[in-house]
Amino acid sequence: MKSSKIGYLIKEGLKSIVTHGFMSFASVTIIVACLVIMGSFTLIAVNIDAMLDDLEADNVMVAYVEETFPEEEARALQPQIEYLANVRSCEFETRAEAYEEFVSQHEGQSAFQSLPVEVLRDRYIIYLEDISMMEQTEEQVRQIVGIARVRADTKVAQGFMNVRNVVSAVSLILVVVLVVVSVFIMSNTVKLATVSRKDEIAIMKMVGASNWFIRFPFVVEGLVLGLFGGLLAFLLEWAVYDIMTGQILSLLGNLLTVIPFASISAVVLLVYLGVGLVVGAFGSSIAIRNYLQV
Amino acid sequence: MVLFENVSMTYPGGEARAINDMTFAIEDGEFVFLVGPSGSGKTSIIKLITGEVTADSGTLNVNGFDLRHIRRRKLPLMRRTIGVIFQDFRLIEDMTVYDNVAFAMHIVGATNRQIHQRVPYVLELVGLSGREKRYPREVSGGEQQRVAVARAIVNSPQLLIADEPTGNLDPAMSLELMLLMDRINDNEMGTTVLVVTHEKELVNSFSKRVIAIEDGRVISDGMDGYYSYEIK
Repeated sequence: MKSSKIGYLIKEGLKSIVTHGFMSFASVTIIVACLVIMGSFTLIAVNIDAMLDDLEADNVMVAYVEETFPEEEARALQPQIEYLANVRSCEFETRAEAYEEFVSQHEGQSAFQSLPVEVLRDRYIIYLEDISMMEQTEEQVRQIVGIARVRADTKVAQGFMNVRNVVSAVSLILVVVLVVVSVFIMSNTVKLATVSRKDEIAIMKMVGASNWFIRFPFVVEGLVLGLFGGLLAFLLEWAVYDIMTGQILSLLGNLLTVIPFASISAVVLLVYLGVGLVVGAFGSSIAIRNYLQV
Repeated sequence: MVLFENVSMTYPGGEARAINDMTFAIEDGEFVFLVGPSGSGKTSIIKLITGEVTADSGTLNVNGFDLRHIRRRKLPLMRRTIGVIFQDFRLIEDMTVYDNVAFAMHIVGATNRQIHQRVPYVLELVGLSGREKRYPREVSGGEQQRVAVARAIVNSPQLLIADEPTGNLDPAMSLELMLLMDRINDNEMGTTVLVVTHEKELVNSFSKRVIAIEDGRVISDGMDGYYSYEIK
């Protein structure tokens, strides 16, 4: 293939963006709108997921050591607990430390101030990898010789699991619906753009143009519009995200933590450019297929 | 060369045959008028020659290509041996006069140098020197048709087909266009020319071969240069 021919076809594709200005504008607008809507919902879902991760990380089990175990023996149980698959980490707390914490929590309540230290036990605070496996892990910890009792808020853990499942299902449904709607809108926009060029394609076929000669400038046009749409959508998403998270944080303060856009911007940019490229190139290529069968 | 031998064709979903056991041949270098009433099959013949539709039976050869058995990817190669001119010009509105002619050369892989040499020559040949930078909407109907002629002949096709080329032109411009095609056939390039037309006066003013068709059949084929039948 001669480079002058490729150069001509690229030039024709770029020229066409300007000569069909209105359709180019419409295509880019649709790509931006669809990407921002889909992206926003995905980012909301990602943030909710991250918040649940934070909350789950605070959901711990407490394992109480037998009263008869002196502190040294009680400390010796740590490797056995940490060896369990679902245990991320565990911290040993002596009865004295537990007592201090207990007293500080009930400051001013004289009934609790005079309790002897011996009523409390040495204990382990256990952090889990996956709270959906809390019941199994609780059972495994209970099997360890020297552990008298385990306190695990399995109902709270189950609550988190339910919330996560609902959020995941709703996000998935929303994203799927939005993807379907976006693909439909985008394909119709591209079809509309190509219908207006049906005659042009027929003329090219009549003069003896091969299919790829006709398709190449359309693909170049689609690629450029898709990339441009992806980039615009990324910048708009950044602005929308910053404004929305700013508003939410000012209302809810420290109750929520949100992922800073800067930390996910590279991924978002790549995804948006990728989707823009695919939609632009394949969309235009597929849309003109019917007109090439002459 | 164009060869129709017992060619029949029915459009998909159609009941009657658009072309019915048709036989004729056009030799290289001939100038032929194809005449007939509306619905007689003239457009179908052009579609068959350009490969837009396929014959159901018979033998159909155009410039060495067997169009009944040609592979789809070979069609562009066959079409590059033909130049086609239509009644409605079919120019690309977003391209200048020059670009409308040049893009036909880009299609066949001509170099920029070849294009820069050839296009001005052809535009001069059809009387459009000085109009290169204008867009189709900025020139007259006669000039638009000459752009279409320039585009059709720029790659030196073996066969030039004109489908009602004078339908949108006044009598003076029509005569001028026919003289130009005669020149392309006779003097300049020796290109085979097939003109499909209704215009009796025009046909009768040239002493050329006339093939008359009706109901998808050839009803007369004479060298007397006369539109020798009456439209019903």
